[in-house]
Amino acid sequence: MLNKVVKNAQEAIHDIEDGAVIMLGGFGLCGIPENCISALVQKGTKNLTCISNNAGVDDFGIGLMLKTKQVKKMISSYVGENAEFERQLLSGELEVELIPQGTLATRCMAAGYGMPAIYTPAGVGTEVAIGKESREFNGKTYLLEHAFNSDFAIVKAWKGDTHGNLIFRATSRNFNPLMAMAGKITIAEVEELVPAGTLDPDMIHTPGIYINRIFEGKNYEKRIEQITVSKR
Amino acid sequence: MVNRQCKLNLSFSIGVNMLDKFGIAKRIAQELKDGYYVNLGIGIPTLVANYVPKGIEVILQSENGLLGIGPFPYEEEVDADLINAGKQTVTTTIGSSFFDSAMSFGMIRSGRVDLTVLGAMEVADNGDIANWKIPGKMVKGMGGAMDLVASAKHIIVAMQHVNKAGESKLLKQCSLPITGLGCVKKVVTELGVFDITSEGFVLLERAPGVSVEYIKSKTEGRLIANENAPEMLLD
Repeated sequence: MLNKVVKNAQEAIHDIEDGAVIMLGGFGLCGIPENCISALVQKGTKNLTCISNNAGVDDFGIGLMLKTKQVKKMISSYVGENAEFERQLLSGELEVELIPQGTLATRCMAAGYGMPAIYTPAGVGTEVAIGKESREFNGKTYLLEHAFNSDFAIVKAWKGDTHGNLIFRATSRNFNPLMAMAGKITIAEVEELVPAGTLDPDMIHTPGIYINRIFEGKNYEKRIEQITVSKR
Repeated sequence: MVNRQCKLNLSFSIGVNMLDKFGIAKRIAQELKDGYYVNLGIGIPTLVANYVPKGIEVILQSENGLLGIGPFPYEEEVDADLINAGKQTVTTTIGSSFFDSAMSFGMIRSGRVDLTVLGAMEVADNGDIANWKIPGKMVKGMGGAMDLVASAKHIIVAMQHVNKAGESKLLKQCSLPITGLGCVKKVVTELGVFDITSEGFVLLERAPGVSVEYIKSKTEGRLIANENAPEMLLD
């Protein structure tokens, strides 16, 4: 019998130890694994390397783990919305590797597809290219970028079933399906957990084979960074 | 298409006889063609969506995973799961689709996106662009900009001609860390429209009331400026 369902975030992350490399899904605050982040803050796991497109904001998302100094290194593409992050970065307390967003996505994808590396033109001629192998294809230069190697991937989906099949909603999909494929152990928190057989197989974004642990999250805040509206 | 007005709060100095941020966006919108897939960056580029010429259809791509960005939602429609690359709440349009970030950059890298409009801190007369970092001062990251400039077929930069200190941002050489090499094809500022060629910036159009002399004085990079360069037409 497949037994992937865990009780809650605490159980899901119980074996994430100090010094682990973890991927966290989400773009900005959209589609982030809120329950697991809270559980990591509670557990107080230290010296983490976090691979995530952004670093949250001062008081939400990964920002919560920065405040408690649990993060040793961030690998991200854009960190503009977080003053504490910028302070720790400029003071040298936090190690940061900034990489292009498409490169971040593709390095996750490569891991999930079992490919050691990919070539991309992003970053050629910039700081990003320093120390990297490059190669020319059809007259254009590309950088060799390696697949990520992460101990855990933590993702958030809209719906999931007890076999770990996942469906994402709207732009909260973002990095989640890619990271789901890329962790040595992948943890999925979902807004709604249903029995296997309930979801239409044609609608599945991430097949359950990639998921090791799944649980239904609680009390999603789903904070919005910038509420922009049209007037009637 | 996008017809509800975006209410963005951008600070931008408006001088006499120069374009404001809306004017720059309006002028760039004239570059749109029917059937284009377009990626609009954060800030002034986002405003271009408000001025899509009548009778043409363009599909806006948001690199976080949406094709077919709609206008901002009405208050009761706001959805935390539906945002653009600037993390603003948006809606979808007819024919929209969602996808993951690898596919998003796949469509960018493989040349499916016809036009990219983005902001910049500096542009050089050889098409180099810098827009992601000021060493020791500001480190926000490149986001998707390095991927976009490395692969987009056509790149237009929307920016102010000079910085807060009054210094030209159209340079011989970028002084800030580079985002991409030789990739910018066109620049639209509050002073004019410029092509980038092997001979440097070429003035195509002046902003209403701005003289060629004035543009020359505010451009540090190589500039070919015909005295008869026409004024741009903004309806």
